[in-house]
Amino acid sequence: MKSAVILFPGSNRDRDMIKALEMISGKPVATVWHTETSLPDVDLIVLPGGFSYGDYLRSGAIAARSPIMGAVKEAAAQGRHVMGVCNGFQMLTEAGLLPGALMRNASLHFVCKEVKLLTANTNTAFTRSMEKGAVWRCPVAHHDGNYFADAETLKKIEDNGQVAFRYAEGTNPNGSINDIAGVTNEAGNVLGMMPHPENLVEDLHGGLQGRALFESAFANI
Amino acid sequence: MKARVTVTLKNGVLDPQGKAIEGSLGALGFEGIAGVRQGKVFDLELSDRDAEAAKADIEAMCEKLLANTVIENYAIEIL
Repeated sequence: MKSAVILFPGSNRDRDMIKALEMISGKPVATVWHTETSLPDVDLIVLPGGFSYGDYLRSGAIAARSPIMGAVKEAAAQGRHVMGVCNGFQMLTEAGLLPGALMRNASLHFVCKEVKLLTANTNTAFTRSMEKGAVWRCPVAHHDGNYFADAETLKKIEDNGQVAFRYAEGTNPNGSINDIAGVTNEAGNVLGMMPHPENLVEDLHGGLQGRALFESAFANI
Repeated sequence: MKARVTVTLKNGVLDPQGKAIEGSLGALGFEGIAGVRQGKVFDLELSDRDAEAAKADIEAMCEKLLANTVIENYAIEIL
């Protein structure tokens, strides 16, 4: 399975993501600059974390309107897999590829800590090889991770099983509604999540629990 | 031609920044504040054109970029 990471001005977790993808897939990862208008022939497109455009206007808002995003939307519509982590998740909601919005943390503080995630849905390629209901450690680092969706949208994503991950055991770090940490689109080929699984994939990180998600994606896409 | 766009959070959307400002105003001794909601103002300078056409353009700008209509409302004023 081939993957690509899109680079935006202000991305800063792109190298962590590339390293994790390369280490776990054993294959080189393509990089694509945001001004491009077409994507290489890859199976997984990743939007990394960071502070694209300095979080001006709203986090991820300007990056979501970059030239490359037309190709990302097209790829998603064709069923190719797209994953956004942290700022990448914010971009995917701003681009309309995922429901809801990510607002300022309820505490108003930037949070950089470890949380516990519950795998809520194993019906997508991203999560199929993961254990449903399992709770795992994962780092978060964000200021705008407070997931919000109106009542109607929330009901729809809950009924459809689009909530992929929840903050578990009282570790919700940002006030997200229903403890939502990650959601997919209706078709299940687009995933966004605030926590950083790419930062818990080697011994030096202090754990390997972030690997399962990538291993699942590589096994099932 | 000038126009002003005001973007505000929709009712029912939690505004922790507004809450913090409300608390700070209270700490300064201001009384009787029932609530504070924080928003954004954009002042646009446009080449001269028909006001109705300008309004339609700005509405498209709001829908596409200036506001996130999942959480925000917008109001347009031609000045």
